[in-house]
Amino acid sequence: MADVVDMQVIDPGIDESIAKLSPERIEEVINRVLTQESAARLKTYLETCIHCGLCAEACQSYISRDKDPDFAPVAKVKDTLWEMVRRKGKVDGEFLHHAARIAYLECGACRRCSMYCPFGIDISYLIMTVRRILNLLGVVPQYLQDTTNSHAATMNQMWVQQDDWIDTLMWQEEDAQAELPGTRIPLDKEGAEIMYSVIGPEPKILAQLIANMAIIFKIAGADWTMPSTDGWDNSNMAMYSGDFETMGRVERLHWERAMQLKVKKVVMGECGHAYRGAVYDGPRWLGWTKPPIPMVHAVEYYYELLKSGRLKIARKIEEPVTVQDPCNIVRGRGLHDKLRYVINAICEDFRDMEPRYEHNYCCQAGGGLINCGPPWKLSRMKSNRIKADQIRETGAHTVITPCHNCHSGIEDIIGYYKLGAHVSFISELLVKTIEMPQA
Amino acid sequence: MYEFVRGPLVWIAFIGFFGGLTLRFVTMARAAQRERVVIPTFDARFGLRSILHWVIPFAGVNMRHRPLYTLLSYVFHICVLATPVFLLGHILLWRESWGVSWWPLPEGVADVMTVIVIAGCVYFMIRRLVRPEVRNVSYLSDFLLALLVMAPFATGLAAHYQWLPYRQTLVVHIACGALLLVVIPWTRLVHMMWFPFTRAYMGSEFGAVRHARDW
Repeated sequence: MADVVDMQVIDPGIDESIAKLSPERIEEVINRVLTQESAARLKTYLETCIHCGLCAEACQSYISRDKDPDFAPVAKVKDTLWEMVRRKGKVDGEFLHHAARIAYLECGACRRCSMYCPFGIDISYLIMTVRRILNLLGVVPQYLQDTTNSHAATMNQMWVQQDDWIDTLMWQEEDAQAELPGTRIPLDKEGAEIMYSVIGPEPKILAQLIANMAIIFKIAGADWTMPSTDGWDNSNMAMYSGDFETMGRVERLHWERAMQLKVKKVVMGECGHAYRGAVYDGPRWLGWTKPPIPMVHAVEYYYELLKSGRLKIARKIEEPVTVQDPCNIVRGRGLHDKLRYVINAICEDFRDMEPRYEHNYCCQAGGGLINCGPPWKLSRMKSNRIKADQIRETGAHTVITPCHNCHSGIEDIIGYYKLGAHVSFISELLVKTIEMPQA
Repeated sequence: MYEFVRGPLVWIAFIGFFGGLTLRFVTMARAAQRERVVIPTFDARFGLRSILHWVIPFAGVNMRHRPLYTLLSYVFHICVLATPVFLLGHILLWRESWGVSWWPLPEGVADVMTVIVIAGCVYFMIRRLVRPEVRNVSYLSDFLLALLVMAPFATGLAAHYQWLPYRQTLVVHIACGALLLVVIPWTRLVHMMWFPFTRAYMGSEFGAVRHARDW
């Protein structure tokens, strides 16, 4: 498989790491993962696939790149895992370079292809197995590895220090009070009903989202708290880099913090992969069938508040809006109907995408893709022309993205394809539209 | 030669087929146990829901996207499974050997079904050559497997109509059938056994864990 022009990217995390590897080490690691870290699923998937190519049409990168056969999901497995198995781990640096590009940059692990495979083969699991191998070899895109390092060292994704965290919460509390007097961000309130957790980038670059949520909690009269110390970050890029040991530590700490605070449930901000990590991938790695207490995604929480009348909409958004269905909460949690209930409650002119719900295309930013950083941006853009077409067809001015990866990814697409729209989280629209109590 | 293929070889084929499938199943079940999360994930309701959506023609989105392929693939699979079991000639042999019998397919119908299987294999092979996304992932083994499936049907038809010397054709027919049965557990043809399991597993993950549809 030849490099396409926009993919001849030098990434030290990939290329410099490969230069340090010996053939013996490569062989040993590949065979260890194939024989000791995987069993029934890998084997069944590999021998059940009859190479029919029916998964091709499922993938946004295949469609966006004019049906280039190398971008079909099955081809991505062929060029990585099948070859590793066939050559019994005896692969060279050039092969690993391609494998890293395919596994980290061309597959967002969105699982859309599993819905198109007649056998329900979990192709994203196969790609994640490739990432696992590459991670153990130290071959990970540099930007992505940096976030994983941050998780390992600070237990949050963005190198947020303890004093910064508290300081940011206090700053956001003040900001929220300017909007709605009396708003608090209660820290470490043991026995509260809700622990609210966010992803690392919120305090770092999108702090106002925390103030938005504080206002929403205040109006809803919620009994909530946030942890003052590590465990507040529910994001997990280690899950996507293949560093499952770190992934497990992050998830365990997050749940342990919730248990220490003796809360009834965790409500999380508008993020998709964090939901997946906390509810699905994390618990599985830790050997749990499910999380110890319920995890409620923001979309679900807004739905409950609007449906029960605890939040009331004063004036609806009038401009046309559409929505990006985030894989990890729609294909990963079936929240599409609740999402639309919320949007219809706050927007006059909602225009759905086609295809939609579980069949909506991935944003090509989640799954760790956007975290591979600026060197790979062009490749992401070219691999999701179909998303630009989808958005353009709705004629919407705002694309609602209840997921951080979708948010940043769609913003890039809007800019690159000059769609003249903008992206928005639901909380940003909610604070503009809800009925504020008279002070 | 005929005595050998009609006698011991048939036994070898059936023992190889059922024994092979059993062995594969047992080792895979053990491997699944080792993976800890696999078996607890299976959920009867969502597993069956998924299987149903994928055995009913056009119940899935992808099936509706390509109606011709769906239709062909369904008819092909029904014919490939039903024809050998309900063929009058085979039933007579079973009655002769074991004293069991069931309703045979009318001769004309069986002929049409056999032709469908042969045509289906040819279609699948042509599709492998013509469609870029399929050609890209097609190996020599994919073509060999299609030929292997086709062989007993083609030779069976040839023997029935005596296009070639009957006795020799029959020997080749039985040998091809035996070979096919024996290799099924050890090649990608084993998808016939894994289908309900991969499907039910994905259905359970999608339904029970992710509250979403997988079709």
